[in-house]
Amino acid sequence: MPAPLLATRAITKDYPGVRALDRVDFDLREGEVHVLFGENGAGKSTLISMLSGANRPTSGHIEFKGTVAELNSVHHARELGISAVFQEFSLVPQLTVEQNLFLGAEHRGGLFLKASGMRREAKQLLDDLDFHIDPKAQVYRLSRAEQQMVEIAKAFRSELSVLILDEPTASLTDHEADQLFRLIEDLTGRGVGIIYITHRIAEIERIADRITVLRDGRYVTTIEASDADEDRLVELMTGREVGAIFPSLPTMDPGEEILRLEDLWTQDETLCGVNMSIRRGEIVGCAGLVGSGKSEALQAAFGALPFSSGTVIYKGERVAQPKPGRSIRSGFMYLPADRHDAGLMLERPARENFSVAALDLPPFRNGLFLSGRGERQRAAELATALNLSPNQPERTLDHFSGGNQQKVMLGRSLTRPVDLAVFDEPTVGVDMGTRQAIYAFIANLAQKGAAVVIVSSDLPEILHLTHRAYIFYRGRIQAELAGSDLTEEAALANFFEQDAA
Amino acid sequence: MASVEQSPGGASRKAGIQTWLKRIFVRLGILPFLIVIAVIVFTAMSDNFLTGRNLMNILRQSVYLTIVSLGQMLTLLTGGFDLSVGTIVALSSVVGAVVMASVYSAMPDAVYLAIALGFFAGVLAGSLIGVVNAAGVAFFNVSPFMMSLGMASVGFGIALYLTGGVPVYGLPIEFSDVFGFGNFLGIPSPIWIAGLIVVALWVYLYKTPQGRHFYAVGGNIKAAKLSGINVRGTLFQAYVLCAALAATAGMLLTARLDTGDANIGASMPLESIAACVIAGVALRGGVGRLENVVLGALFIGLVQNGMNLARIESYLQTVMLGGLLILAVIADQIRLRYVASLKD
Ligand SMILES: Nc1ncnc2c1ncn2[C@@H]1O[C@H](COP(=O)(O)OP(=O)(O)OP(=O)(O)O)[C@@H](O)[C@H]1O
Ligand SMILES: [Mg+2]
Repeated sequence: MPAPLLATRAITKDYPGVRALDRVDFDLREGEVHVLFGENGAGKSTLISMLSGANRPTSGHIEFKGTVAELNSVHHARELGISAVFQEFSLVPQLTVEQNLFLGAEHRGGLFLKASGMRREAKQLLDDLDFHIDPKAQVYRLSRAEQQMVEIAKAFRSELSVLILDEPTASLTDHEADQLFRLIEDLTGRGVGIIYITHRIAEIERIADRITVLRDGRYVTTIEASDADEDRLVELMTGREVGAIFPSLPTMDPGEEILRLEDLWTQDETLCGVNMSIRRGEIVGCAGLVGSGKSEALQAAFGALPFSSGTVIYKGERVAQPKPGRSIRSGFMYLPADRHDAGLMLERPARENFSVAALDLPPFRNGLFLSGRGERQRAAELATALNLSPNQPERTLDHFSGGNQQKVMLGRSLTRPVDLAVFDEPTVGVDMGTRQAIYAFIANLAQKGAAVVIVSSDLPEILHLTHRAYIFYRGRIQAELAGSDLTEEAALANFFEQDAA
Repeated sequence: MASVEQSPGGASRKAGIQTWLKRIFVRLGILPFLIVIAVIVFTAMSDNFLTGRNLMNILRQSVYLTIVSLGQMLTLLTGGFDLSVGTIVALSSVVGAVVMASVYSAMPDAVYLAIALGFFAGVLAGSLIGVVNAAGVAFFNVSPFMMSLGMASVGFGIALYLTGGVPVYGLPIEFSDVFGFGNFLGIPSPIWIAGLIVVALWVYLYKTPQGRHFYAVGGNIKAAKLSGINVRGTLFQAYVLCAALAATAGMLLTARLDTGDANIGASMPLESIAACVIAGVALRGGVGRLENVVLGALFIGLVQNGMNLARIESYLQTVMLGGLLILAVIADQIRLRYVASLKD
């Protein structure tokens, strides 16, 4: 049997206070898609950070094409043909898409940059991937999903022998993910090895050849994809059996209307006349392609996005100019999709990230002052309830894995009474076990009489967890589906333009 | 099972001390090391350094920088900084002195009224610079760099214009007796005042929601906004408080010098930022502890005092200070690297 393309031998990585990886052996063959699977904090990102040269192992070593390789930097790994798309992005926000694509590998003519060549190639690359992004757009103006596409395109740019993808579809919808899968097929056909991290079972079934399961930093097993099914994988991942992922929906007796949007428009027409109505006790979904306006509508109602015309009616009263502070104090909570950009303070402890939106209330506040004890207690409770790993609320947030950071942000909705909670992509990067816990708490929230809105690009989430869903297309609501009409076919059919019906 | 005790051989003990030092470095940064080194060096260079009297001196001399640095820290926490603190010190000194001297000469009997009015006018004038800074940063999104640089020039110009560049004399003697050279229970009055400010600010920063908001805004401004924090109000407060503190320092310095002078405070922007950075306040915002900033300011005072005793020329002192600042920033980077390699 030929030497594996890329392999780790007894690789170990220590972070302060945690052994993130413990003597892990892993190998990747030519032309295969090898999925890494495991709970949040299992060590998946840590493993690929070493394979891609971003991080050095504490002990153990890496073999590339049969010989020991010291990967000193991401740049070095790239030169060997190992390219990675990281879970957290590495784009320069102020530069344009094409400048980012060629960062560190600019085309030159003599001393100078060759702009025209780069522009042509960038356009070609994005076209090949069928990603509809303007190469001249500045990256900070793009949505999270669009940035993800740029990140993927960047990895495709170089001569490849290994491609590493860490949750690349986390905020893409099926349509965009399909493009990616087609490209992956293309690459494996040419002998490129793919390491793919995902929490989505459907993706594993679709593209995986082999699956390696990690648990608590240790290697559990490697199985053929044909031997894998959901129950088996989840059991391997958690070491125990986990019941149904989706809770049974709370029976709906829709209460009073809590939020009503009438003919909402934004200046740049990301919203063109949106009408919505949300009642207490129901869970409403918002679905649609990237850029369809599915998350903007509720951002506008919350006060995070200015709108140019239309009416927002919250709890029966018209709100002329919503403001986040006022919305939150009146029980309207919005948790953003991009946790790094708009959700979390990475250099502060988890405790402060929990409490930040509720410092005006007990147990965080005691008269005029903050209550240190109340805050610590509540943070400890939340950490335990959300199964934070490691369970150390005083740890600064950048020392947690991506999924655990997500849990901290969601925990905010439990710090104060809410009447309307909007979760924008709530389970991005969250493992199956935790996802179950998050779904349960969302259902519970609705059960207790709050209205819940879930904005999601994960269709199963919309189908199984909501009573009713709005499907967005180009800033309009294309369809409203409820009950037995809410099916995959019906939703997907409305993701795209419909010719005069 | 009993664990096997290792005999404390020389090598393992040395390794133990090393990890122990490394751990202190990772937790507390470079400041404790710098202080220890500075104390050893200056004690060796001058017999007069490590005496109770001199240490009290250092404490008293550092009061002004400490107060300014605390204000500077607030702006740094929100992710900005204030380059106009020097100007604020100067302007408050001049305005305070002019008002105090004129009230005093008009009503020689109302000494304390003159002092109160003068003090108030000085702090108010300085704070107004802060209000303008704050308005620019919080409401017009001007970068703190440009805003405070511009105001530094504006304020300095006003201070010179008001006095024609000449120091202001004629302050009541009671002013400097109380606020400059006063003593209470054997401790100089400026130290008492600084102590009160430190305590009040500590409570404000760590025990009230508004204090936490400074950290949140600097930690992630978008997240702070979506969490319902009044971001503009928080930025506004940071710059106004910073200016009010610098102005207070300016009035205390005026009392000490017994004159109002437009040329004091020029080194304050660099020194206050240095004190904060050496103390581990992050320039990108959101990270930093008040206790450490006090230590940072004391450290700079200690180095200046030591260099004076060791008769190091004042020009060279400036070189040293800049060097220390850069050293501190480099050390902080090294610390971040250690954080990853050290298991606790
Ligand atoms: N920079 C860091 N400093 C300290 N600890 C870290 C750091 N990055 C990760 N860890 C810790 O290492 C462990 C493994 O994290 P890793 O990011 O590899 O998890 P993961 O499997 O990718 O999880 P997820 O599915 O949530 O992305 C976690 O316990 C995490 O807290
Ligand atoms: Mg990860």
